[in-house]
This record gives sequence, structure tokens and C-alpha cells, in this order.
Amino acid sequence: MNARQPALACAEPLAERRLRALVEQGLPLVPRPWQALAEQCGLSEAQVMACMARWQAEGLVKRLGLVVRHRALGIAANAMVVWDVPDAEVAELGRRLAAEPAVTLCYRRPRRLPRWPYNLFCMIHGTRRERVLAALDAIIEGHALQAIPHRVLFSLKAYRQRGGRYTAEERP
Amino acid sequence: MARLDSLDRQLIDLYQRGLPVCERPFAAMAERLEASEDQVIRRLERLQSSGVLSRVGPVFDHARAGASLLAAVAAPEPARDAVAEAINRAPGVNHNYLREHDFNLWFVMTAPDEAVLEARLDALEAELEREILRLPMLEGFHIDLGFPIPWHELEAP
Repeated sequence: MNARQPALACAEPLAERRLRALVEQGLPLVPRPWQALAEQCGLSEAQVMACMARWQAEGLVKRLGLVVRHRALGIAANAMVVWDVPDAEVAELGRRLAAEPAVTLCYRRPRRLPRWPYNLFCMIHGTRRERVLAALDAIIEGHALQAIPHRVLFSLKAYRQRGGRYTAEERP
Repeated sequence: MARLDSLDRQLIDLYQRGLPVCERPFAAMAERLEASEDQVIRRLERLQSSGVLSRVGPVFDHARAGASLLAAVAAPEPARDAVAEAINRAPGVNHNYLREHDFNLWFVMTAPDEAVLEARLDALEAELEREILRLPMLEGFHIDLGFPIPWHELEAP
């Protein structure tokens, strides 16, 4: 089956939307979490599990598991590194940076000239600023990026950090 | 930071992805970790209540789960905190960081679709009376596998 095709559509699209709104907040920590979710959204446990499996197969769900707050663990240094890469090279460099173990996210985004010339973004997390900067230096060296303008935007404070909620009934 | 023992660490190392989709997932995890289902559940509860975990569950693909956008605003002191609070009050904002740049407030806004997202950003821009830099993802190069925790570094003095 093509993973991008919606497979066996859920028989209950409304219930499925409710499930998504619920599960975005996290699983109930009970022995049968799928059953507990099923009861709340009017599906069977088997339907809920089938939905989760399908969402993962389709790529709607990237991963299923523990969502860690890095700061709470002491991984306090978090740098967004932005690069101004020639358009013809950006995809190739993006793939190379994404393969670096230190890089936790890597995206191409539009420039907004004249105020924002950067078109490639990557995140580097670490326990300390010096370690993040050392990892960045190694990447610049290893990929010969000395000529590519970049900026390092460390985060100083999190005003909010929580999971994405995409469904309409998202705000309490 | 919270004190984490080896069971906590194994849970974090092994289950940032691949939580089993079976009737009793915590029992399946417990079996692999040679613990009891009850222990696993209580550890997860504790990790969640101490703030180490934001939740246990799915991470949706931003690009497919609806509309989302990285945005930035320049809000120098003394307006900064008030602007950050206004951003937090806007619907759909799930991350909001202060960063080292003239564009110092960076947030992610989400919405059920693009039209709602644009309308929310327009409304926020009008409220703030400041330009919002809109930086949608055009291409993603990274597969989110969770993040390997460098436990040895966290223990370093």
C-alpha cells in the first residue's frame, strides 16, 4: 500500500476527530489507555488502535512515545542556527545537516527580505552553550561552510513549550 | 533536575518512539524492562508531574496535521514580556521562545487549516501593532526520532 494514501478510512470520521483532539493531550496513564480513549470518543478499543496504527503508517504521526521537555532534564542550551544558502544548494545542504547527530531539526523556510535573509534553519540542543557552539564549529568545519552566512539564536527563555494542537476545539 | 534512576532513563531512551499499539502497552514495555506494568505507569506519571515529560503520546507531523507556522516578532524591552503574553493568549500558539536577535520572540502557531492560521496571524499582528515574520516550513529534512539524552553530560559537575 502506498503509505501516503489514506488507508481504510475510519468508519467514524467525527469520532476520529474527537480521538485526535484527545490523544494530542497525551495518553491516559492507565493499563488500557486505548480503551479509555475509546470510551471518551465513541469508538471501540480496536478502532482506536487501528487509527493509531494507520496514522503512523501514513506519517500523520511521526512518532509515538514519551515527549521529553529538554529543559527539565537539564538540556538547557537550545540554538536555532539559521543560514543564508544559495537557493540551488539549500536542499542538498539541508539533507547533509539533517544527517548530523547534533542537529535535531532541519527545515527550509522562505527568506523575508530585506529583514530576514536566512532560508535554512536547524536546531542544536545541548547541555551547555559551549558544547552547542563546539558542535556547530565542527559542522562548519566538516562541511566547509565558512562562506555561508549564519546566525546562532540561542533561546533565553521559554514563554511556552507544549505539543501542537491542531484540532478546532483546542483551547480550554 | 529531577533525579532519574535507571528505569526512568531506560523508558526515556527506549520509548521516545515506538510505544507499542497493543491493548496493554505499558505491560509490554514493562516486560521488556523487567519491571511491572504498575511500576511503568507510576514512573510515567511521576515523570509527567515533575515536568520531565510533557506527555506520553503521538507527535503529529506539523505539515500534515493541519496548518502551522514559525513566526517571529521584534519586541525590545520594556514591551517584551507584555508582547510575549499577548502571543501566548492568541489561539493555537504552542511554542514561544525568547531568542538572541532583534527578532527576539519566536513562536509556532497552529490552526486547523491555512485560512484560519492566516486570520489568526492577521489578528495578532493588528493587536501587537508589530510586523510578524511568517516563516512556513517549505521542506523538512529531518526525521523526528526523538532526541538521545546525553546522561553522562548531565551528570558532569
